[in-house]
Amino acid sequence: MDQLAQLLVLTLAAGTSLVYAALGELITEKSGVLNLGVEGMMLVGAVTSFIVAAITKSPWLGVVAGMAAGAALSLIFAVLTLSLMANQVASGLALSLFGIGLSAFLGLNYVSVVIDPIAAITLPGLTDLPVIGKLLFGHNPLVYLSLVLFAAIQWFLYRTRAGLILRAVGESPQSAHAIGYPVARIRYMAVMFGGACSGLGGAYLAVAYTPLWVEGMTAGRGWIALALVVFATWKPWRVLAGAYLFGGVTLAQFQAQGLGVDIPSQYLSMLPYLATVVVLAIISRDAATIRLNAPSSLGKPYHPDS
Amino acid sequence: MTPMDPRLRLSGITKIYPSVIANQDISLSVLPGEIHAVLGENGAGKSTLMKIIYGVVEPDDGTIEWEGREVTIANPAQARRLGIGMVFQHFSLFETLTVSENIALALEPVQAGADLSARIREVSAKYGLPVDPRRRVHTMSVGERQRVEIVRCLLQDPRLLIMDEPTSVLTPQAVTKLFETLRRLAGEGCSILYISHKFDEIRALCHKATVLRAGQVTAECDPRNESSSSLARMMIGGDLPNPRHREARAGEPALVVSDLSLPADDPFGTSLSNINLDVRAGEIVGIAGVSGNGQKELMAALSGERLLTDPQSVTILGKASGNLDAAQRRALGFAFVPEERLGRGAVPEMSLADNALLTAHRHGLVRQGFIRENVVRDYATRTIKDYGVKAGGPDAAARSLSGGNLQKFIVGREIRQRPKVLIAAQPTWGVDVGAAAQIRQALLDLRDSGVAILVVSEELDELFEICDRLAVIAHGRLSEATPVRETNAEKIGMLMSGSDGS
Amino acid sequence: MIKLEARPEPSRVAGWLSPLLAAAATLVVGFLLFTALGKNPWTAFHVFFVKPVATVYGVGELLLKATPLMLIAVGLAAGYRANVWNIGAEGQLTMGAIFGGGLALLFQDSTSPVVLPLMLVAGIAGGMFWAAIPAWLRTRFNANEILTSLMLVYVATLTLSLLVHGAWRDPEGYNFPQSKMFGDAALLPILLDETRLNVSLLLALAVVALGWLFMRKSLAGFQMRVAGLAPEAANYAGISARRTVWMGMLIGGACAGLAGVSEVAGPIGQLLPSVSPGYGFAAIIVAFVGRLHPVGIVFASLLMSLLYLGGESAQINLALPSAVTGLFQGTLLFFLLAADVFINFSVRFSRPARRAMVN
Repeated sequence: MDQLAQLLVLTLAAGTSLVYAALGELITEKSGVLNLGVEGMMLVGAVTSFIVAAITKSPWLGVVAGMAAGAALSLIFAVLTLSLMANQVASGLALSLFGIGLSAFLGLNYVSVVIDPIAAITLPGLTDLPVIGKLLFGHNPLVYLSLVLFAAIQWFLYRTRAGLILRAVGESPQSAHAIGYPVARIRYMAVMFGGACSGLGGAYLAVAYTPLWVEGMTAGRGWIALALVVFATWKPWRVLAGAYLFGGVTLAQFQAQGLGVDIPSQYLSMLPYLATVVVLAIISRDAATIRLNAPSSLGKPYHPDS
Repeated sequence: MTPMDPRLRLSGITKIYPSVIANQDISLSVLPGEIHAVLGENGAGKSTLMKIIYGVVEPDDGTIEWEGREVTIANPAQARRLGIGMVFQHFSLFETLTVSENIALALEPVQAGADLSARIREVSAKYGLPVDPRRRVHTMSVGERQRVEIVRCLLQDPRLLIMDEPTSVLTPQAVTKLFETLRRLAGEGCSILYISHKFDEIRALCHKATVLRAGQVTAECDPRNESSSSLARMMIGGDLPNPRHREARAGEPALVVSDLSLPADDPFGTSLSNINLDVRAGEIVGIAGVSGNGQKELMAALSGERLLTDPQSVTILGKASGNLDAAQRRALGFAFVPEERLGRGAVPEMSLADNALLTAHRHGLVRQGFIRENVVRDYATRTIKDYGVKAGGPDAAARSLSGGNLQKFIVGREIRQRPKVLIAAQPTWGVDVGAAAQIRQALLDLRDSGVAILVVSEELDELFEICDRLAVIAHGRLSEATPVRETNAEKIGMLMSGSDGS
Repeated sequence: MIKLEARPEPSRVAGWLSPLLAAAATLVVGFLLFTALGKNPWTAFHVFFVKPVATVYGVGELLLKATPLMLIAVGLAAGYRANVWNIGAEGQLTMGAIFGGGLALLFQDSTSPVVLPLMLVAGIAGGMFWAAIPAWLRTRFNANEILTSLMLVYVATLTLSLLVHGAWRDPEGYNFPQSKMFGDAALLPILLDETRLNVSLLLALAVVALGWLFMRKSLAGFQMRVAGLAPEAANYAGISARRTVWMGMLIGGACAGLAGVSEVAGPIGQLLPSVSPGYGFAAIIVAFVGRLHPVGIVFASLLMSLLYLGGESAQINLALPSAVTGLFQGTLLFFLLAADVFINFSVRFSRPARRAMVN
């Protein structure tokens, strides 16, 4: 029983970077913008948070810096696609390639640096309770924060007027413009929120989950986050479920090694990627559901005069 | 302000786009309680003018006075605060949202309170505009969506209501009902700007008319004292062209549809059920109906853009074709003018030459898989010349042409492939009167040369003008095709609303 | 107020100018970056862009690195024109290397002249096989090819790692994860003495010419462009969307596979855990900077190759990190995408709107 609880704790920890990145991308996509730059923003968020944490000795300052870096990077994307009408797919790819290069460049001198990470909390008395102790009171603060973010997004999207406006812009920017909403401004904010979340997801990896910097350390999590949004058919609670599912899959290799299963590690490392492909195929198969749930204007450029 | 001061007065409004002068020195004024028509052809500048009044477009010059004071209307929210409401021609509704969410979006936050649903019901009952606040818009017909738009405006207590071509989506019976609502509103003191190009409606409804041609005001009149032909002269600066229409000599069935049923492939679409139709060589059969009743799905099924499981459900020139794709059907002698010109009938960014190649490549434009560029340019140039297309030549991008000219090019491109069966969807929608007449004449000439033609249109006048037989599509079902002489607008209207008792 | 106004027709002048504008802007950024890093920018430019190609060997290296880039980019461009977003060329390259390299290991001792052609065919087949998976998933299940092709990059890299750590490891290789060196019959002939440049450059140029013929002159290429610009028009004209996806993916996969086998049968000469410094991703940038046009791609691939060499040169001579290369590549693409706005829009400086009173 205790082992199961421990496994759940690890799963939550493994899925949390995906929760951040995918929830952020969900908000971006709800506004009708497809930003394929998640991987790049996560990496830049990771390296920035790590550097700031190393210099200031404050991992929390690092987290804030990581968010800011993610948002700043997404701003480039927003200018390209929302003001200069560039193709969203090409710009998103560019952002990912740029972010990979930039993070490698920035992080060169920090590869073997050690920092004080953000550690899991321990509440004397509570965390030591059998089974539920660890499950309820033993997580990393950033794991709790991700759950707060989830609840906030769920509430924002379906319970607030601003959320309604966001969904409306994503469905028909033409109509939203015609009844007087500033489409571009709303999309800018949605893109930058997504960027900040991706940066936070990267920061979580670098200063909490595996507190170190390695080039390309996100290992495709940004792309998996993009797939998760489709998998979740743009619903926040399904993003959460999907993120933990994938978190569990990435754990498999460590668990198998721990159990002494004799199988080349590459097979297990492939699992998350293969799982993404399979899950994507299964979900996408139902075109009608995708059509009903996807923001109708997703990926299409919008210029009010044309 | 005295009661008879104008509610809205425009003077010297000018709006210039890089390629066209949309509005030039336009002045008009609307009195309280007045139903004021703005009459003009497609492209005359009506829509731009309305967008200026509603704050969507900023004028380059001129002044707007609202209830005696000069104002700048920077955005629609401000227009609404002044008391201006607008019902768009292409509705500004959000399909996946509910009626009350849609309405809340257009109201000020304080107006969109908890009692919104109750107020929606109240207004809809008062003006005879039944809508259910909880329904999602994508499940609603076009007529219902228009009611949502009108209710949305009325909830803001407008003192000026702009209606942009509101009847193009309605059955004749629904038009009568709409007019009752509008008269009642005007009677309560609301001014109405009524945009249209239909003379009968304007004569029946409006107190005053301002006529636009090529962006300028060409006349003002009291439409109740005018005839349709005098209004037409003001609108187009000449008489309406009359097509020659000889009696059809119909031959063998060339296009036969039998027991075609097709579930919608899109959650927002219409399913087709049990459609039967035959179009014979040398006749034009028309399909009337309010848009969104299955026209789109029927066209896709007939053109091969959507494949059918039963080959027998569509027969082209005696060959079972249901399972053939669009290219294979074209090889049989089939051609198709689709409803959307830019993006479907033509590739906007590509030249007219490339757009000729798009469907005409079977006719000697390609040899051994390679494009014969001179032949392609020749084909495009001849199409431009024969069909009077105003364009910079075969290298002009499709998107640089006006709607009417592009449509003439597409119709010409299809006809020059010498089809045996031609389908045209909304062939003159959004096209100026001259081009529309030319396109109708081209279809009639093609019919006389023995081609089987199917025309789908929302314009009843057009269908009565060119068709030999008429069928009506409603809720995905098609009525029997009746000879035009044996029916009339009222009977067709009954069928359009789906209330034929069957 | 600056306003963008849609041009009635795309501007051809802007289409040619924008890559030049982007390259110039990237140089400016480079200037600022070098200055910020405390290097004399002029020296840095010299080290970065001139020094690497000052020798015959250097020119050979330039062409050698440009070869896989142009090869892959031409293949990707065919797909991108049709809105088929294959971003997994790196994985298809790896599969090409595995298939071709596997054949080389199988015929380790053969001296037959058919080994090399067979390897090239196997490499192409490997790339096509890897690209066929996203194509099938897209046409059969509607799964987004961007994500599936990218995921398969990781799978391909791990597969190669598995092989060189396991079954294909050189038993005499001191336990290093690498295969045996290929036999001479399995290596591409050198084109230019004193350099590592081999005949794969000629293959790449031939592919570029074929690509031009296909995209510009053939009906099939035209139809792929239609599918990319206006999918509904393609459907209306009877251009099969399935065929477009399959062709777009397979052409890209074939070219990437050929590039992969050319790397292992060329400068590398064996299978290693990594057979490419990210050519498959850099080629995406090459394709865009080259305007998805074969001739443009040749120039863009030379530019990108120079960035690779410059990065190495800067590392040796200036102690600058070679990661600068990736940064420059990304910056170049950003500027290009930004400069492209002038193709479809003209910029208008509107006078400030008159603010009259309201209420």
